[in-house]
Amino acid sequence: TRPAQHKSGLLYSPECNRVSYKFSPVKSLFWSGEKGFHLLFLLSCVSEEVDYSSYGTHSLTRKKKAVVALRNDVNRKRPHIRIGMPQDFRPVSSIIDVDILPESHRRVRLYRHGSDKPLGFYIRDGTSVRVTPHGLEKVPGIFISRMVPGGLAESTGLLAVNDEVLEVNGIEVTGKTLDQVTDMMIANSHNLIVTVKPVNQRNNVVRASRISGSSGQSSDSSGSTGYPSLSTTAMATGADELESDEESDIVIESTPPPAPVEHPSPPTRPLSPSLNGLSHHGTLRESNDSLHKILSTMRTDPRHSLALPRGGVEEDGTVITL
Amino acid sequence: MKRFRRHGQESQRERIKQELYGFNKTVEHGFPHQPSALGFSPSLQLLAIGTRSGAIKLYGGPGVEFMGLHDENAAVTQVHFLPHQVELVTLLDDNSLHMWTLRAHHGVSELLEIGRFTLTGPPGAPPSVTCVTAVLAHSSGDLLLLGTEGGHVFVVKVPGFRELEERNISLEKVTNSVPEEYGGRRILEHVESLQENPVNQRQVLIGYGRGLMVIWDLDSQSAIKHIPATQQLESVWWTEDGGHVLSSHSDGSYCRWKVAGDDPQSEQEKSEVPYGHFPCKAISKIIQLPTEQGPPFLFLSGGMPRASYGDRHCISVIHSKTHVALDFTSRIIDFFVIRDGPGEPSALVVLVEEELVVIDLQTEGWPVIQTPYLVPLHCSAITCSHHVSAIPLKLWERVLSAGALQNTHYSKKPWPMTGGQNLAPDPPQRDLLLTGHEDGTVRFWDASGVCLYPMYKLSTAGVFLTDSDPNDNLNQGTEGEWPPFRKVGCFDPYSDDPRLGIQKIHLCKYSGYLTVAGTAGQILVLELNDEAAEQTVEATVADLLQGQEGFRWKGHTRLEVREEPVTFPPGFQPFALVQCQPPAVVTALTLHSEWKLVTFGTSHGFGLYDYQQKNNVLVRCTLNPSDQLAMEGPLSRVKSIKKSLRQSFRRIRRSRVNDYRNVFLAEMELAPVQRKIEPRSPDDSFTGLVRTLYFADTFLSDSSHNTPSLWAGTNGGSVFAYQLRLPPVECRGEDPVTAHPAKEIQLMHRAPVVGILVLDGHGSPLPEPLEVAHDLARSPDMQGSHSLLVISEEQFKVFTLPKVSAKMKLKLTAIDGSRVRRVGVAWFGSNRTDDYGESGLTVLTNQGDLHVVSLPGVKLQVQYPCIRREDVSGIASCVFTKHGQGFYLISPSEFERFSLSARCVVEPRSLVEVPSQTPSATLPRALPDGASVERSSARRVMEHALLNDESEYLRNNQTTLTELNLNQLQHLCE
Repeated sequence: TRPAQHKSGLLYSPECNRVSYKFSPVKSLFWSGEKGFHLLFLLSCVSEEVDYSSYGTHSLTRKKKAVVALRNDVNRKRPHIRIGMPQDFRPVSSIIDVDILPESHRRVRLYRHGSDKPLGFYIRDGTSVRVTPHGLEKVPGIFISRMVPGGLAESTGLLAVNDEVLEVNGIEVTGKTLDQVTDMMIANSHNLIVTVKPVNQRNNVVRASRISGSSGQSSDSSGSTGYPSLSTTAMATGADELESDEESDIVIESTPPPAPVEHPSPPTRPLSPSLNGLSHHGTLRESNDSLHKILSTMRTDPRHSLALPRGGVEEDGTVITL
Repeated sequence: MKRFRRHGQESQRERIKQELYGFNKTVEHGFPHQPSALGFSPSLQLLAIGTRSGAIKLYGGPGVEFMGLHDENAAVTQVHFLPHQVELVTLLDDNSLHMWTLRAHHGVSELLEIGRFTLTGPPGAPPSVTCVTAVLAHSSGDLLLLGTEGGHVFVVKVPGFRELEERNISLEKVTNSVPEEYGGRRILEHVESLQENPVNQRQVLIGYGRGLMVIWDLDSQSAIKHIPATQQLESVWWTEDGGHVLSSHSDGSYCRWKVAGDDPQSEQEKSEVPYGHFPCKAISKIIQLPTEQGPPFLFLSGGMPRASYGDRHCISVIHSKTHVALDFTSRIIDFFVIRDGPGEPSALVVLVEEELVVIDLQTEGWPVIQTPYLVPLHCSAITCSHHVSAIPLKLWERVLSAGALQNTHYSKKPWPMTGGQNLAPDPPQRDLLLTGHEDGTVRFWDASGVCLYPMYKLSTAGVFLTDSDPNDNLNQGTEGEWPPFRKVGCFDPYSDDPRLGIQKIHLCKYSGYLTVAGTAGQILVLELNDEAAEQTVEATVADLLQGQEGFRWKGHTRLEVREEPVTFPPGFQPFALVQCQPPAVVTALTLHSEWKLVTFGTSHGFGLYDYQQKNNVLVRCTLNPSDQLAMEGPLSRVKSIKKSLRQSFRRIRRSRVNDYRNVFLAEMELAPVQRKIEPRSPDDSFTGLVRTLYFADTFLSDSSHNTPSLWAGTNGGSVFAYQLRLPPVECRGEDPVTAHPAKEIQLMHRAPVVGILVLDGHGSPLPEPLEVAHDLARSPDMQGSHSLLVISEEQFKVFTLPKVSAKMKLKLTAIDGSRVRRVGVAWFGSNRTDDYGESGLTVLTNQGDLHVVSLPGVKLQVQYPCIRREDVSGIASCVFTKHGQGFYLISPSEFERFSLSARCVVEPRSLVEVPSQTPSATLPRALPDGASVERSSARRVMEHALLNDESEYLRNNQTTLTELNLNQLQHLCE
């Protein structure tokens, strides 16, 4: 029923996104585990879910194979877990684009899922050794220098201190200053995709086709995009992907003269950015909270409160030009 | 097929881009930072200034200017033109000599370096032997005499820099030819001065540091006379008739020696210490020039009594009974005197550290001549600037005549420097650059062409009561005072009251209304009046807190307004005043002269003021309850910025002391700089700070009726829109103007909103107020739907109107890592055809790059690196014109002018021709060599350069907090 659009990337395609989106918060308990492991674990949960709910069957059976190929300890460590209801699921951070990247690189999408949790890492300047036609060359690079304990980056386990940052949301960082890269990451913080060269190359995801051939010591070292860049793949995957990338601005319209209203009436549509463009059910309470928070920062003087008619608070952001 | 067509469109777009955009840094306006040497060519009528950073700038008649930069980052210590030629020689403090020439190319002269040279001594000789201390460009035009630290004089053939070893004048040759009591026993020390005999070019005078001077015959290669001075020598002058030599000394004395006659030893005719009795400082330079009838002019630099006036920077001019000690505002670098042909001295040209002063010597009272260029922009520190293009002639003339009344104390004589021909076409329009200063003044500059010429100065201090005593400056110049000081120059960096500082300026060129706003929340509305007028300026208070509780303002107090009527001279006269409460610095200001409204914003909120009825229409608080910092006022905040900056500078300076590169690398490896990846949170400080205010006549609430509207953007990414209701013209004076909140937009990325713009149905920016009424702009398209462009530091986002929904955007920071610092709207005309042009946004980022962003499609068009990203004050000072040009400060005293437009370029085009050789040997004098004054202190001051930069950096940060990248500062603090 569903076209198998997704690549072999673990949680990459729109469908996958949906799937990964459905994970119960309960499972975050297991996220601080060893790098590489927890991902596989998540997938195994997916397959469990598939078994029960027959959701996205087509794509997931394919993926399951990849899972088995990746690591053997999946079967060994599988605690018994109760799967929550779909409306309690939320997106998680993930490794993406495994099929198009060199094995020595890793592209990580960090989801903040609307939480206040900081991204929780620091970057620094450093030098990196690259293989060029003229031999080995020392070039300046950007590296992860520190993880905030309990922060998002640490809890995903997908990034580590001394990983070299190669791209931010598909844009190479070569030639950019530390401040520029910082600003790029912050500007993309609602949906940050960083491509790194992990300092620890032993946990690399090994593709099934090459399982015997390559080790963690990768052949790639140029750091340039010999592989398709993120933006092109993102375009190829369709509008769904783009929409989830978008945060919406809040617009309050009023028709003068204003009729003062003590408390804004509840909005009819969810506002939380991470939920934008997704199903509406079951998330109203949470988004109301965030709306109130935003509104409280906007209006400090009650005498200047705007009329907030029902449906007057709107979101937008369906049209995106990159 | 489709692909082909697209390719065709792309290449056509590329061609159009080339016709529209082109980046050039065209000319530097203002006074060079840290000048270190001065030269003058009487035959070319050109003046040359060398700077501590290795720049060399040539100036002739107004509009004739050239600039060169030495590859070495070393200070220029001496500049000498070769007599009767278009070549000049510069000496740097790394002991290298450079030959420059003005070469004609396509009918325009260019300044080119054509050779460089460093003296090589005999093998094994100490470096002092070849360290050049004095340079003489011989009037034959092909010889250079170089006196050195070791006391030798080397002779070099130019322009090729060929050493003529056999003609060198070694110390041994000299000591052998003077009596033993002068040469043998004493060390002569370095060569202090080299002078040519004005009547016999084969004779040169060599002055040694210890005092002995020797007249050397170049043909016979022997000393023909010696002058037995015994005081440490500072400078030497050979009188025009060749009969006398004047020497000045380190004890403040000068001597006259008779050199005519056959006696090998000269007699001392006169020795005098002009400011005598008590110990005096050295006279570093002496010049004497004859007049046709009557006594000569004598010029002495320095020589003041050490204890009482040792800190003054003086040049004494003595002519007959007149004796004046010109008291300058900063250290004297060098001076020379211009003469009318062979005759009378006509003007004294003095280069001091912060300005160039020219004194008219032929007019009674020796008034100062207003300089057409090299004007000290920084006479009080620049705090903001505002550019207005295409000024109507009427306003231009009124401003000029108001300015003329202020300049009556200047000499009526034309500018004495006349070299070169200015070939630049007349500027296509009249442009004004307004600079706001720390002392509360606004200066109006003619920025139409290559010369940034001062037109008019407005002072706002008179409206307020300040601590300064207006009689302060009248205490000097009392009768019979000795020395007879006279203050000259306008550099005055001391501000009476920092609250007077001007932060924002907006001028309506059609109505002549001007509004200026300052550091203590004061907003003045002024109108141009051709007559002097006495009036009381009443203040209206705008309480921006609007009853918010829990805030306490810890900053400065409001300025106190004079209650009695004040007389204002012709020019811009204030008639309305708004004072914000709390009195925080005004961060945004806009005037709408058609609606007679002024809107202003601070870190607490914004207000709308009706200057016809003189009342507040609207006051809106934008404070975030968690925004505590906004209440602390500038002082406590600045202290912490200052502290962190000082620390980071200390770090930089420490690393420069040692081997720069090694230490830097080592530091990087030991303690790397880290940046935290932390998304912007609503609790960030200063979110309520108003960054931009905009008036627009557009469709705010329904798509069939356009209404006046006011838009405000804050640091926290909020946009507020108000619908304005203006009474009909006939009851504009009585019926109130009202403002109703219409929209609020919160950008989710929360970046500061730096610009708001409404585009009409054709996608063109709305015209300025009154522009259409004056038939100078097409009326905006009101048929098609308007759109709203919100420019934040990170994104350009277009929304539909009247219902606000996002249409398209450009996410600059996400793709490039840079942030918008400055943005302007410009019209770019094609350089191929007159009838094609496009509107675009000119953008300067925190990386110092310039971008053009197309309208209404918000696509990046071109990108040019322009300013070093470390140059925070340069980036903050940038101002764009409406025709794709711009200005930014490259030092406290200099604007760099640049152009992004391929059509609209203002750059110097001038031609200097080789002068016809005049046989008269009396006309040209060898160049004064006063640059030696500079040499000794050059190195020490390099160290200060850093300190100065730091203070500049700090000041800029204090006064333009709004422009700061607050995040960067936080990084600095970390």
